[in-house]
This record gives sequence, C-alpha cells and structure tokens, in this order.
Amino acid sequence: MLGLNKKDFGLLTIVIILTVFAPFLLNPFPEGSALAQFNAGYPDLMQRLVIFGIFAIGFNILFGLTGYLSFGHAAFLGAGSYAGIWMIKLLTLNIVPAIVASIIVAGLFSLLVGWISLRRSGIYFSILTLAFAQMSYSLAYSVLTPITGGETGLQPKVSDPRIFDAALAEGTTPRANLFGMFMNDSYELSVAGWVFTFNVGYYIAAIFMVIAFYISIRIFRSPFGLMLRAVKSNQQRLNYTGVQSKPYTLAAFVISGMYAGLAGGLLVAMDTQAGAERMFWTASGEVVLMTILGGAGTLIGPVLGAGFIKYFENIVSKINESILQAWFSFMPEAIQDLFVAIFYPFIGKGGHLTLGIIFMLVVIFLPGGLMEGGQRIANLFKKKTKSDTGSGNASPAAAE
Amino acid sequence: MSILEVRGVNKSFGGLQALNDVNLSVEEGTVHAIIGPNGAGKSTLLNCFIGKLVPDTGTVNFNGHSLLGIKPHEINQLGVSRVFQTPEIFADLTVFENVIIACFAKRDGSFALNAMASIASQNDMKEKAEQMLIDVNMIDKRDEIASSMSRGDKRRLEMAMCLAQDPKLLLLDEPTAGMARADTNNTIDLLREIQQASGITMAIIEHDMHVVFSLAEKISVLAQGTVIVEDAPENIKGNPKVQEAYLGGAH
Repeated sequence: MLGLNKKDFGLLTIVIILTVFAPFLLNPFPEGSALAQFNAGYPDLMQRLVIFGIFAIGFNILFGLTGYLSFGHAAFLGAGSYAGIWMIKLLTLNIVPAIVASIIVAGLFSLLVGWISLRRSGIYFSILTLAFAQMSYSLAYSVLTPITGGETGLQPKVSDPRIFDAALAEGTTPRANLFGMFMNDSYELSVAGWVFTFNVGYYIAAIFMVIAFYISIRIFRSPFGLMLRAVKSNQQRLNYTGVQSKPYTLAAFVISGMYAGLAGGLLVAMDTQAGAERMFWTASGEVVLMTILGGAGTLIGPVLGAGFIKYFENIVSKINESILQAWFSFMPEAIQDLFVAIFYPFIGKGGHLTLGIIFMLVVIFLPGGLMEGGQRIANLFKKKTKSDTGSGNASPAAAE
Repeated sequence: MSILEVRGVNKSFGGLQALNDVNLSVEEGTVHAIIGPNGAGKSTLLNCFIGKLVPDTGTVNFNGHSLLGIKPHEINQLGVSRVFQTPEIFADLTVFENVIIACFAKRDGSFALNAMASIASQNDMKEKAEQMLIDVNMIDKRDEIASSMSRGDKRRLEMAMCLAQDPKLLLLDEPTAGMARADTNNTIDLLREIQQASGITMAIIEHDMHVVFSLAEKISVLAQGTVIVEDAPENIKGNPKVQEAYLGGAH
C-alpha cells in the first residue's frame, strides 16, 4: 500500500498510531502523583520530540545510508529557522510560507556546503561540515546581526510588516497559526486523575513527521537508496560499476539538509523565535547522538533516539534534590543522604552526565543502537517460541 | 577488428621506466592474456586502461574512444568492466543487491535521482539480476550477505556484477590470485562458459600459466616494460625469448 511492502506499511502504521496517541502514551501517571514528573505529555516537549524526530530522520538518510558523518547539520536547522521567522515577520503569521521557505533556504545552503565538503570523505568531511556550521554560528551571532538579530535572536513584533495579514491590535502577542488554527492552542481532557493535553502545534508537527518518515521509507527502498548504501559499502566498486558517487552523496546531503530545514521551520512555527544557538556545534552533535543511539541506518531508530534524548534532557533535568530526598526517604537518614549525594550529580543540570553514560553503554554494548537492543530481545522471544513449538511438536501424544 | 588499441605507451616513475613503448591490440570476441614475470609492468599497463594512471606518451583507444584522462565510471559506461585482483564487491549488501546495483548502473547511467521508485516494482531489473545469478550458479545464495561467502563465491559474484552490464570488454586482473587449485579450476570453467555463451572480449592479466594456457587465444608477453612477443599460446611455450624473460634473462 502507498508503494510500500507489508512490513514497511506496518511500521508506518505503528508510527502513525504512536504519534496520534502520544498525548495518552506520554502521560501514563496521574496528575499530582509522585511519578507525574516523568510525564512528557505537555505540548512543548511533545512538539520537540516530533520535530527533532524529523531532524534525525533526515540526518539518517545521509549518515545511515552513505556513512558520511556530517557534524554541521544544525547549520541547516538554524538557516531554516531564520528563513521561517522572516516569513512570519514579513509575510504572514500563517506558517505555510515559513515552512516552505525554511525547506528551500536550508536546501540551497546545504547544496553549497555539501558541494564543497563532499570533495573529501571520512574525518575530513566531518571537519569541513563542522567548520561550516561554526562559521555560520559565528556569522549569525556577529556580522549578520541585521538579518539574524545576533544575541537576542528574532521574534515577531506587533509592528512587523506582515503584508498578507490584517494589522494586530496594540498589545496583543503575535501567534503563529495554520489557516486560523493557533499553534499554541490546546484542548485538555481530564479523566479521573489524568490530564491529557491535545495541542494543535503538536499534531501539525506530527503530520509533518509522518510524511517525512514515509518519504524516508520510500528513499530507503528505492534504487537511489540502494546506491547510497553502495557508496557506504565500497566506493571503488561503485565507480567501476559506472556510477559517480558524488552526485549521490550530494543529493543525500541536500535531502537531509532540507529535512533539517523543515525541522527548523517547525521549531519557529511552534515557538516563533529563532536564535544563533540553534546552529551551535552541540546541536549538530546532538543529532549525531540521536541517530547513533537509536540505530543509524535503520528506519525507525533515529526517531526513537530523538525521542529518547529529548525526553531524558527534559525529564532528568527537572528532577531536583528535594525529589531525590523524597525517593530515598524510606531509608535511614544517613544512608538517604549518602544516596542523594551519589545521585545528585546525575540529575538537574547534571542530566547530560546521565545521558552521556547511557550513550556510552549503548555504543559499547549495542553498537546498532536501541534498534539492535530491540532486535536482540525479539530474537530471544523467537527462539523461545520456536523451542516451545518444537517440544510441542515432538510430544503431541504426551500433551493429549 | 580490434576493440582495444594500445599504441606507443610510455610510463616512468621517477627514474624507473615502467612501460617502454608498449603496443598491443585486443581483437573483438577473443580472450587475450597479458603475462610476464613480476615487475614486468602488467599492473601499470592495466591501470592505464582504467583511468587510474595516465601514460606519459601514447594512446589507449577503446572502440574509437580514448581511455586516457577519463574517470573510472566513464570508462565503465563505455562498456569496460573490471574484475579486481581481490574481489571488489559491496560486502555488507546481499548478493542480489550487489547484482541489481550493476543492473541499475547499466540502465540509469552514472546518476539518477529515482528516490521515489521502489526496487520491488522494477521487475525487469529484478529478473535480469536473478537470471544473472542463475547463470553463475549462485541463485541459492541470493539473500546472503556478500561478505559471508567464500573467496571463490565472491569472485563469482564479482563476475556476475560485471556480466550483468553486458560489457564489451571484460578486464580481469589476476582473477585466480590466491585461490586454491579447485577454485582456480572452477573460475577457469566459469570464464570459459561465459566466453562461449556470450562471445565477450576478455583481457586477462595473469601470471598463473595454467590459467593463461587454458583460456587465452592470444598471449602478449610483457618483460621489463615492453611487449617482447605476441602470439598464439602454442607458439609461446617454445619461444626462446619468453623462456629467457621468465628463467633468467632479467638477471
């Protein structure tokens, strides 16, 4: 269906179901309970989960398929953000032009960066992309202040031209919308102790993610995707088979740059601001971590990785000392203090420490990422059921 | 009619004259072997055919096109396929994917942005790749990862990839190097079958005499960078120049 085989269509269906029901799935704990801080079902975080999912899906088309490790993809996300915010300031608060422009601008920018960086491969390619991204960051922060707003970044103001929109009344905050649906509008559903939030912005971003995921499946299953995997496997053989590798890697680079631009445009659509920090090298590193953590080269791995990292970043950083004390309060006071002291560096601002340790463990023990972990568990079950049916077949008489 | 024409090729590296006025022509539809002792310049000559090296002087023409200074993928698109000394395959893809890549490369040229077409829907390419695997007797290994196979099978796969492109000329660089006797004989049989079935032109660089004399219709003997004899196999064995080159002339 939709040009997909049964297995891929199943995967797409699972992703659709997960994104549609995410407000329930991410809020498993009742409001006010001790575990409520592990709930992730609030709009801001849910939006980020799917937007960074898009970013990672795109990155995986480049890194997962061709093996070219770009360390500068945040530059395209940032470029997309700036393009988006300018559309919002100049044209309209409707997000359509912003998203279209963010994809186009990021695509053109990645064409330029890719065209130069892809003259080299391996570590030199990574360094070139990193250099480009840091250059973009520095430019956005200093020289290009008239376009980027420098340190303060850009936000829509009441006084912006917005040539397609009617003027806003003085004192109202400009809110991004899609044909009248405001991104930050939410509908809250209270069931018993639970509160589920259905946010317009989240669902719009989720639709984009499902489309992005669908396109990535199609690319993975196409002759083009196969050529990209061939680039990763053996470029020499590919060249002697009559194929030029650079146009393929450049196309993959631009496609992943456009995905990054889309993510940047959606970020702007959700929070209507853009700043240079989105281009910083840590942001580029983050998408690498997401892809590797989830499983580079797998279809759904990067989405899982993005979700995992964004969830941990937000949830672990919210845990503070008093919450730790409450957790260990059943212990005698001296031991409680000891445990709090041990765990304290890993929470709150130290949340990245926890994330780093998890990342190290995954890379060492599951080089294929979370997907490999899932596969191993699935294989365990398969073996079990096989041996079960095996013994069942061997002694049917005994069972009767 | 000769399909590959090498005229007056010279190549030196620093003070070493690796190729010295090499002349050679490969006739269409034949198996032509280029032999010679170690250091005779066989690999240098081959590298001049495939765009890796540019000779200092001389011409290399394939079917009327010069092969000098053009890129490997352009040479392939002209109809020259190459089998390497150590099999070059897409090691982490399946056998079938390896062959279908060659089929796509033949159909789509050096680049095609067919990102939305599904491989599953390309029935003609699938059939062609599968037929190729049947021809080289590998269809039972269709879904195996290429790196998990034996060296002989990797060689077989590499041949299948080359043949799937219906090349006009197949260059083989020591196709049996490092192989056990049985594998060598299998490879000889395979090459002979292929040649008889398709009449494809082959140029083989080899120093295993057994392989050369079982396959070649014409042999060029290369010694110290120059072709000393070009003749049919039966005349090569008794040629005193060749014996000298192999047995002591160089010392």
